[in-house]
Amino acid sequence: MGSFISNVLNFLILWPAIGAIVVALLPSNQPNLARWVALGMSIPSLIISIGLFYAVMNGDPTASGYHLEYVSEWFPEIGANWHVGVDGISVTMVLLTALLTPIALLIAFEHTENTKVILALILFLQMGLVGVFVALDMVLFFLFWEIGLVPMYFIINQWGGANRKYASMKFFIYTMAGSLGLLLAIQLIGFTVGDVKGLNGPTFDIQTWHEVWPQIGRETNLPGENPGEILGVSYTAVKYYAFLGFFIAFAIKIPVWPFHTWLPDAHTEAPTAGSMLLAGVLLKLGAYGFIRLVIPLFPEELASPRTLLSVSDLNFTFAQVMAGLGMLGIVMGAFSAWAQDDLKKLVAYSSVNHMGFVVMGIAVMGVWYSVMWAQSPDVNDPVLALQMAGQGLEDEDIAKYRDQTQLQAATIDELTSDDQKALAQVKLDAELDMDENMQSANVALNGAVLQMFNHGLSAAAMFLLVGALYHKAHTRDLRRFGGLWHIVPVFGGLFVFTSMASLGLPGLNGFTSEWMIVSGAFPYFEVMVLISTIGLLLTGAYILKGIQKVLQGPPNPDWIEYHEHHHSLEISYRETIAIAPLVALMLITGLYPNWILPVINERVYHIFSAFIR
Amino acid sequence: MDVNWLDANYLPWLIPVPPLISFMLIILFTGRNKVLSHSIGVGSVVLSFLMAFGVFLKATGTDDFGPNAYGDSIKWMDVGLSEFRMGVLVDPLTAVMLFMVPIAILMIFVYSVGYMGAYPDDDPHKIRYSRFFAYLSLFAGGMLTLVVADNLLLMFMGWEIMGLCSYLLIGFLFEKKSAQQAAVKAFMTTRVADVLMLVGIGYLYAEAGTLSFRDILYNAEVLERLGNSDLTGYLGLSAASIIGLLLVIGTIGKSAQFPLHAWLPDAMEGPTPVSAMIHAAAMVSAGVYAVIRMFPLLEAGGNPHHAEYTAPLILMGVIGSITALGAAILGVGQNDIKRVLAYSTISQLGFMVAALGIGAYVAAAFHLITHAFFKALLFMSSGAVIHAMEHGEHAAEHGHDEHHAHHDEHAHDAHAHGHSSYTWADLNAKIEHGIEAGHLQPGERTPYGADYVGPNGELPDDAEWKTSIPQGLKPDFVAKPNNIALMGGLINKIPVTAYAMLAGSASLVGFPLITAGFWSKDEIIADAMTFITNSGQFEGHSPWLHMLVFFSLVIAATFTAFYTTRMWLLTFWGKPRSAMAEHATLMNHVDEEELAQAQTPLKRFWLQYSNSALMQGPLVVLAFFAIFAGFVGIHGDFPVLEWFTGSHNFFHEFVGPSLLHEPATIPFKIWPVLVSVLAFSIGAGFAYLVYGVPRDSYEKDPVQNMVGDPVWQALKDRFGFDTLYLATFYRGFEWFGRVFSYRKVDKETIDGILETVAVVFNNIGEAIKRFNHVIIDGVGDGIPQLIGLSGRWFRNLQSGRVQQYLLFTAVMLLAIGLFFVLRVL
Repeated sequence: MGSFISNVLNFLILWPAIGAIVVALLPSNQPNLARWVALGMSIPSLIISIGLFYAVMNGDPTASGYHLEYVSEWFPEIGANWHVGVDGISVTMVLLTALLTPIALLIAFEHTENTKVILALILFLQMGLVGVFVALDMVLFFLFWEIGLVPMYFIINQWGGANRKYASMKFFIYTMAGSLGLLLAIQLIGFTVGDVKGLNGPTFDIQTWHEVWPQIGRETNLPGENPGEILGVSYTAVKYYAFLGFFIAFAIKIPVWPFHTWLPDAHTEAPTAGSMLLAGVLLKLGAYGFIRLVIPLFPEELASPRTLLSVSDLNFTFAQVMAGLGMLGIVMGAFSAWAQDDLKKLVAYSSVNHMGFVVMGIAVMGVWYSVMWAQSPDVNDPVLALQMAGQGLEDEDIAKYRDQTQLQAATIDELTSDDQKALAQVKLDAELDMDENMQSANVALNGAVLQMFNHGLSAAAMFLLVGALYHKAHTRDLRRFGGLWHIVPVFGGLFVFTSMASLGLPGLNGFTSEWMIVSGAFPYFEVMVLISTIGLLLTGAYILKGIQKVLQGPPNPDWIEYHEHHHSLEISYRETIAIAPLVALMLITGLYPNWILPVINERVYHIFSAFIR
Repeated sequence: MDVNWLDANYLPWLIPVPPLISFMLIILFTGRNKVLSHSIGVGSVVLSFLMAFGVFLKATGTDDFGPNAYGDSIKWMDVGLSEFRMGVLVDPLTAVMLFMVPIAILMIFVYSVGYMGAYPDDDPHKIRYSRFFAYLSLFAGGMLTLVVADNLLLMFMGWEIMGLCSYLLIGFLFEKKSAQQAAVKAFMTTRVADVLMLVGIGYLYAEAGTLSFRDILYNAEVLERLGNSDLTGYLGLSAASIIGLLLVIGTIGKSAQFPLHAWLPDAMEGPTPVSAMIHAAAMVSAGVYAVIRMFPLLEAGGNPHHAEYTAPLILMGVIGSITALGAAILGVGQNDIKRVLAYSTISQLGFMVAALGIGAYVAAAFHLITHAFFKALLFMSSGAVIHAMEHGEHAAEHGHDEHHAHHDEHAHDAHAHGHSSYTWADLNAKIEHGIEAGHLQPGERTPYGADYVGPNGELPDDAEWKTSIPQGLKPDFVAKPNNIALMGGLINKIPVTAYAMLAGSASLVGFPLITAGFWSKDEIIADAMTFITNSGQFEGHSPWLHMLVFFSLVIAATFTAFYTTRMWLLTFWGKPRSAMAEHATLMNHVDEEELAQAQTPLKRFWLQYSNSALMQGPLVVLAFFAIFAGFVGIHGDFPVLEWFTGSHNFFHEFVGPSLLHEPATIPFKIWPVLVSVLAFSIGAGFAYLVYGVPRDSYEKDPVQNMVGDPVWQALKDRFGFDTLYLATFYRGFEWFGRVFSYRKVDKETIDGILETVAVVFNNIGEAIKRFNHVIIDGVGDGIPQLIGLSGRWFRNLQSGRVQQYLLFTAVMLLAIGLFFVLRVL
């Protein structure tokens, strides 16, 4: 039993793969057998994941903050280990994956062509997703990252809608293009870190990277012939381009506005089960990558000020850019969603809108993590910390803090760098409310992770309902619907409920996380948060448009005729059973988010407090 | 956990629970059974009422309750090292709300049983009867949650749940295009404010680290820190001011204040009990309740009694004044009985908001309570009037016999179908029947006006969004049963309603001394008038906001008296001006046979009058409060009455200590009373002069003659705000979404760039392919080809003819010889 517990993460990765193989080997002429076997194979993962969640909730993490770590030699030639582990953030995502997979399988029952293949692909996809969330080794991470792409490509390409070839190609190429930079950056960092650590080859251990990579270039005793350079290029530039590689790869996956246009196409053309997993889990990979990799690896690149076009007044940081893109995602995503006549596309665009909040929460994390990092004993650069917090050293600061610093010089330029540090430290202590900023950053990041989970629930449920209707009506055109509430009361009730969760109605799940992000982000990005409220407003507009155009209106005789003589439009029992757990969780999370928040918060707090002196 | 649920400390938790459970039960289980559903609904509200009343008694029985307020909370959210607690709080303000809200809600529920029951079986009202009670229950649950909440976030939850319910209830007849649009309009307009309020709540949490009312509002240290304008740099305002502004904006949306007032008159599309719920007991009151609750934060850093106004107070004072006056003026020009009341609601809420702007905390709370009673009464009365008119309309057009025959047919149908009388055939028959009879207009009170094409129809080429205003929402459209110009003489048809409505109207106009509305409105005017009566308190600051509020409210009060009197006189006075009014009645549709079979007189009465009793009973109860609720808040020094009150202003002394610094009572002066009486007399007297004389027809309103057609039209057009908003915000946003965000940015720019990249890479690929083909393939394939070619060529040499060989040899020799000769040279 002990060995099972230490292998539980390996089980969660490998079990779906075994399931996929089993299902693939079943006879093709017995689709029902494949259906129930696939569903059966996904249930142990769910049960184990729930157990894992409670283990993380009640267990104590190791010093590095992970639970149930497992390391084994894997590819010694390239320095890659089979290193897995979970923390509060990843276990939430694992739980979401394990929850959505059986539901997606249940929905995929509806396919009659090559049934067993799509079921096997979904299980295979689950392996890739869980793998990404638990990997603590970058080679492993990248492997699963790419594995996740393939089944989804085939799911869209083979079982999708009319425009599926275009959509699947766009999805695949776009994500691959992003992965390219990621792969190069991973190689670069792996070899450099290995070099710095004095190893014989590269290392891809994420925790080692966290410790070593951000400091590289800041230390003097670097190995190699030319300290401060790698392959003849300065570290600053190398780190910058590595950062861009990471940033773009994950930004495409989330997707951050304006990298989002693959999403409406892919979501709309994918079969229902595919859309559910795509929106429910795949988008979270990008956000997870930001939290796990981009921000801890590149605090300096993310939050130190840059000048635009070398105009000294045009200062910006990438964290601000990220928040700005999050804002644009919220606003423009909502506007575009409102403009749709295709119900599924409307829901797809709502993902851009909702993930915008996650991006904004992560941007807050970026700012505050970087400030904490710059202040940490290893870095100890209060000037940088001050700049990252959005302030700078001004000449008048000398006069203001003369008593504490006893500096005689009149301008900043006359100070030595040590004096500047001393002055910056005094100003930091005096003007930066550590507790308040810390609390806000905590709230924002907790909100972002919770929003990832919540969006997983509500987006999956929305796609489920849209699919349920489309499967029967064979159209998603809002101009054709209307007056369906008379015909499909149960569907109508579920649709209104889920729409309201998506809209962020207090008492349902989406509200809590959106409010947390707004509250946490406001002290950091006041104006952007205020502009984002336009997006919140428009969320109402497109959600109500969906309800109005589908359900409301006089009973439509054509649909009544269709309902009575061709195909019942009411949601089927199978679909009702599939959506029931989502509905329950949306309600429970809205009323009492603390069933999940302590788990997330444990890790979030750990992230921020790691540098506290 | 050792919890004694009978302990009064836990009781507040339970108050909102029964209606919420009732909602779930009806939605999930009992929807098919109408009687069971409404029983569950009413029963749940009775339970809440009893618990709330218990809490109220305990609160009023406690000496010095303000500082001893009690509550309870649970951990709700872990963030960072701190935790967020959710809980309930009962302080004096909550206690008085717990008195008013459940009574009003209970009356609305009882009334709804009669109101909804009075519709014929095939009417959408009756078809979705159970669902109505489910929504109403959720609404009640949301309101009660809001009242007992101990923090801003839980309050906001109740607030938004009510927003959803109002959306669902205004759009209850979702067959009608006008109802759909009114519902969306209400939700979206209030959401404009709600999202900003949400930011305010978020900012408050970031600044204060808590949202608990007690920790922020009853805590001088926190208030002082937030009110200190040196700490934040935004626009030179303090954190409290910025948060306050955002919260006040929330109220402007929820309580339909200018410029976000436009949704409320359209909200009349909902069934009448909904209007009462929205306008009286719940939603719009919630907006004012929120600012009353947050008042210490709004005035932090200032002191209105010294004319040191903070930004949120100025916003409230100015907006409240504009709204009170503007809506009162618009009330004059309405002929729809419910719209008159809608504008009067907007106007009265403006009174409260303006009062709060000048720091009249207790007066605003007092007016909130009295207004809730008399406005619920007025709306429910108007519902009874409309019902009577609808019945009259039916009777007038078909005659009683035909009507009964028609009804029997439906009853028969119901039996034939077993479980439900509702079939598609029925509905379509009803539509056609209505069209033939000519009183159903497409998109009006009928299930017409859809703009969809069904599964097989042909889609229009371009996706033009239809944004025309449906008939029912056109500013000058008045549904016939709602039209006061067509009423008259109803006092003889429905006397109980008439007298109840008289009581409500008297309270609304502030009939001196004997109505609740008089006392509460008088207190506001007295507070505003301090710049004359007690100018010493301002210590030399200019009390300009007091002046503004005073003059606007006095003029508004005069207009209120005018339009209310006009409404009552046109409805009940004189003689019937239409066949509908002639036949108006609230009696049930009963056929003679059934009546004859009834055994006891009681049963006969119930068969005939059940709906009438259920609708009018609550009116009587509310009329009692509309008159007498005011006596708890009389100024202690009011001449003569001080003998009865013992020089106590009970309301003030009870509610005042909700604040950390109990507001002082202003000394009694007779002038404000005289001003109030004067405003009432002028308004009501003038209305009586104009409308007291019975006429045969009000085709052209006397006021229209007085003010001229353009002004009258402007009044009917609601000063054009709705059209303006539609033309600017709606169309602008729609363009931005459809054309800019989706088409220009996403499709043309971003996808355009992507496609260009794709094309470029494709071309590069093509070029490489061609390169392969020509060069690499050319070289690779070329060598063997060349060998073959040369082989073929050389084969020609081996012709087998000796002469040819000799010739070649000779030529070669010649060439070699030539080569050597040239080298030597």
